Amino acid sequence: MKPPPFGYHGPATLGEALDVLAEAGPGGKVLAGGQSLIPLLNMRLAAPAHIVDVNRVPGLDGIEAGPSGVRVGALARHAAVERSPEAATAQPLLRQALRLVAHPVIRNRGTVVGSLVHADPAAEMPAVLALLGGSVRLASRGGEREVLAAEFFTGPMESALLPGELAVSAFFPALPPRSGTAFHEVARRHGDYAVAGVAAAVTLDEDFRIAAARVACVSVGPVPAVVDVTAACGPRPAASVGWETVVDAVRDRIEPEGDIHATADYRRHLTGVLAVRALRDAASAARGEES
Amino acid sequence: MNETRHHVTLTVNGVVREATVPGRRLLSDCLRHDLGLTGTHVGCEHGVCGACTVLLDGEPVRSCLTFAVTVDGHEITTVEGLARDGELSPVQRAFTECHALQCGFCTPGFLCTVTAFLRDNPAPTEEEALEAVAGNLCRCTGYQNILKAVHRAAEIQAEEGGA
Repeated sequence: MKPPPFGYHGPATLGEALDVLAEAGPGGKVLAGGQSLIPLLNMRLAAPAHIVDVNRVPGLDGIEAGPSGVRVGALARHAAVERSPEAATAQPLLRQALRLVAHPVIRNRGTVVGSLVHADPAAEMPAVLALLGGSVRLASRGGEREVLAAEFFTGPMESALLPGELAVSAFFPALPPRSGTAFHEVARRHGDYAVAGVAAAVTLDEDFRIAAARVACVSVGPVPAVVDVTAACGPRPAASVGWETVVDAVRDRIEPEGDIHATADYRRHLTGVLAVRALRDAASAARGEES
Repeated sequence: MNETRHHVTLTVNGVVREATVPGRRLLSDCLRHDLGLTGTHVGCEHGVCGACTVLLDGEPVRSCLTFAVTVDGHEITTVEGLARDGELSPVQRAFTECHALQCGFCTPGFLCTVTAFLRDNPAPTEEEALEAVAGNLCRCTGYQNILKAVHRAAEIQAEEGGA
């Protein structure tokens, strides 16, 4: 099918983009990579009055990696972030998760920030941002604000982005020393949205005991479900943690629903299994071992 | 409704082409309807099947998930642009040799995807080749011969000095 008609705007500067968005109000929709938006248009599930194509706006494709984390600009494609060695060093979870986002060809065009704003509860990027406690920077004609992940994802396909605002970048914080991450998911077909998926981050203390452990679960609730399992793991040495002890802690905190792909019970079961795998791998990475 | 039309200039297979299109014109439709290049096939129109894959500034993208006006001024390579001087490209020859197509509907997307893949990874492992074609649907071949063709194309390119 073909997209419905809309007013097309191709601003050449950020200021112009924010002016157009301010005038368009609730009828305005930003186009960056388009890999989620254009399917919605083609299937006539969305019909915005105005499309504001930011692909010509300079300065939005940055990937700035440093000791504190990685800031990803609105036009940084999934593939560019996935291939960036600096980003992988500063926050390895980005590459681990990006390899699971759709197919390589989609990642050539899709953007990390677009995935966040799309806020699909089955998508990987929102879970990564939520797990790390990252944030999204929103710009409007009135100025900028930085919204934490915990406040940014407000419901399925819903975010704190207001009409007139453009998400200009997202920040993925680095983790402390002796930390490790992992992302595991199960999809019906390679590259499809996950039936369930779990991102994990584990930090060890100087004696290599668990200092912090948490997971973010996808496809099992309206927004990424972040569960702190530090207490369930106890301050035990990472090598001796029976990860199965965290299964109940995770399964109790999620709200999966059944659909054509899987029942709610199956999703709950799967999330527990994936949490153990992801936590085990994250702990191995924290100890400096290859998982 | 009178839609605003936009003038776009694309370099398609090395040739500068111009079209005047509404904002909602998909690149796939621009290539096929406005420019008459019907080699790019349209299957699902929501990014799942990969038949419409073309190269945008050398990188494979779904032309059904791209607006023509967004890529104004950019370079596009379609399946019509893969052959050189009347001779099929290594990837095209490998697909012929290995019987990697039956009905041929999905083939233009596979050829563009594999062409870019082997440029970036001239000697892929079995797993890498599988990952590379996993985003393109073929309902005839069962993929075995397509995977053979990926490896055969890599061989041909190596024999011909990466030409």
